[in-house]
Amino acid sequence: MIELLWPALVAGTLIALVAGPLGSFMVWRRMAYFGDTMAHSGLLGVTLAVILNLHLTLGVALVTTTLALLLFTLQRQKRLPTDTLLGILSHGSLAIGMLALAFSDSIRMDLSGLLFGDLLAVNPTDLIWVGTITLIALPLMAWMWKPLLAITVHEDLAKAEGIPTERIRVLYLILIALVIAVAMKIVGILLITALLIIPAAGARWLANTPEQMALGAAALGMLSIWLGLWFSWVANAPSGPAIVVTAVVAFTLLLVAGLLKKEA
Amino acid sequence: MPDTANTESLLRCRGLSVTLGKHPIIDRIDLNLNRGQIMTVIGPNGAGKSTLIKALLGIVPIRSGQLERKRGLRIGYMPQKLHIDDSLPLSVYRLMTLTQAASRDQAKAALAQTEVSHLLDRAVQKLSGGEFQRVMLARALLKDPELLVLDEPVQGVDFTGEIELYRLIQRLRDERGCAILMVSHDLHLVMAATDEVICLNGHVCCSGAPENVTKAPEFLAMFGPQHADALAFYSHHHDHRHSLHEQGGHVHD
Repeated sequence: MIELLWPALVAGTLIALVAGPLGSFMVWRRMAYFGDTMAHSGLLGVTLAVILNLHLTLGVALVTTTLALLLFTLQRQKRLPTDTLLGILSHGSLAIGMLALAFSDSIRMDLSGLLFGDLLAVNPTDLIWVGTITLIALPLMAWMWKPLLAITVHEDLAKAEGIPTERIRVLYLILIALVIAVAMKIVGILLITALLIIPAAGARWLANTPEQMALGAAALGMLSIWLGLWFSWVANAPSGPAIVVTAVVAFTLLLVAGLLKKEA
Repeated sequence: MPDTANTESLLRCRGLSVTLGKHPIIDRIDLNLNRGQIMTVIGPNGAGKSTLIKALLGIVPIRSGQLERKRGLRIGYMPQKLHIDDSLPLSVYRLMTLTQAASRDQAKAALAQTEVSHLLDRAVQKLSGGEFQRVMLARALLKDPELLVLDEPVQGVDFTGEIELYRLIQRLRDERGCAILMVSHDLHLVMAATDEVICLNGHVCCSGAPENVTKAPEFLAMFGPQHADALAFYSHHHDHRHSLHEQGGHVHD
């Protein structure tokens, strides 16, 4: 059994490892909806990849990165708030993706696979993608950890104290876009945001420092992957939802533990 | 503090303007801040007080004008009351050392100067308004600043806390000899503890020593005659030495 499972375990573990710190910042910066926007644009990315004959992940990465940069640019105007901008980008890109899909009759897509992914069908090429993005993302996160934390606390203060706030912020947005693009094929459009947000939210109940929360989120994500995969294997359940349900159960248990800790 | 150092200019601007789109936020501002001087910027909401501070600190781009800072000027900045999301677990010590290295002892010593050294390991979300402002003030002091820039330092602080905080700020200046540039819209308390007042409403309406500014027609037009006696209430707190300032607009008793 383990021979069949190990590519899924490796891919899932690496994604969880990256999603922990990245997702913690999404929670702190109230960016949960940003992940959804990236994910919704996945359909357009996939369609684009098929039309242009690109690798699937490359097509998705192209679209998510473009949206991230577009958002960064649009945020310079102050009249419309970020959540409104995200709503426009999210539904706009989803609709364009659906139209493109409808007009090209050559494309027959397994929508369910796209929405929910299939960790158990991970192939060696996927593993290379995941390994590469992990090798890029982890050192980059370590390098921008302190400045990004300062920006999250107060952007003007960070800027006044010499941090290149715009550069760090755009780098972070691109990093999320790339990680989501790579992870999307494996855990699916609907579930990638869950893996970024839920473990981080769960870790909050016990964490006393930002680092504890990020590492806790990574650990919780990995645990969700392993238990979810195991459950999916023994119960013959779809792997993506099994993983997310595991993460939600873990979140609930930690919430209770956190409340008890507060009372004690 | 030694009187010889007092005339050294730390920060000076001429014709400083900032625009948002086509609208001018602040227009042709001149000011000069000397070592050891307390300057307070007052004005109604939307007068561009925070924008002026941010332009001087290089946070917002300047449209036109000149800005000179003393070379290597060490600035401690305390922004308007900031909100740290509950989801971010952060202790006071971590908040203080976000962008600067400092040992726990150094951080504790800075907190002691603002009388809150017991808060070193407290979660920032558990601080009261006054405690938070004192922590932010201590954080600014960690840089051993020659200039403290305080944007609405008493925001979210109750009334007695306000008076104490202003006294603390004044004492810090007296003990450390650093200049202070402060934004406030609280006339009564600020007037007593400041050397120079800049009355801002997009442009500089009037400026000078508080005794003069409160008599200026521009000031009366902006704040109404009931505030003309703002100084009178609190002038008995105005007990710092007056040998310091030589620049224009000041009248010595």
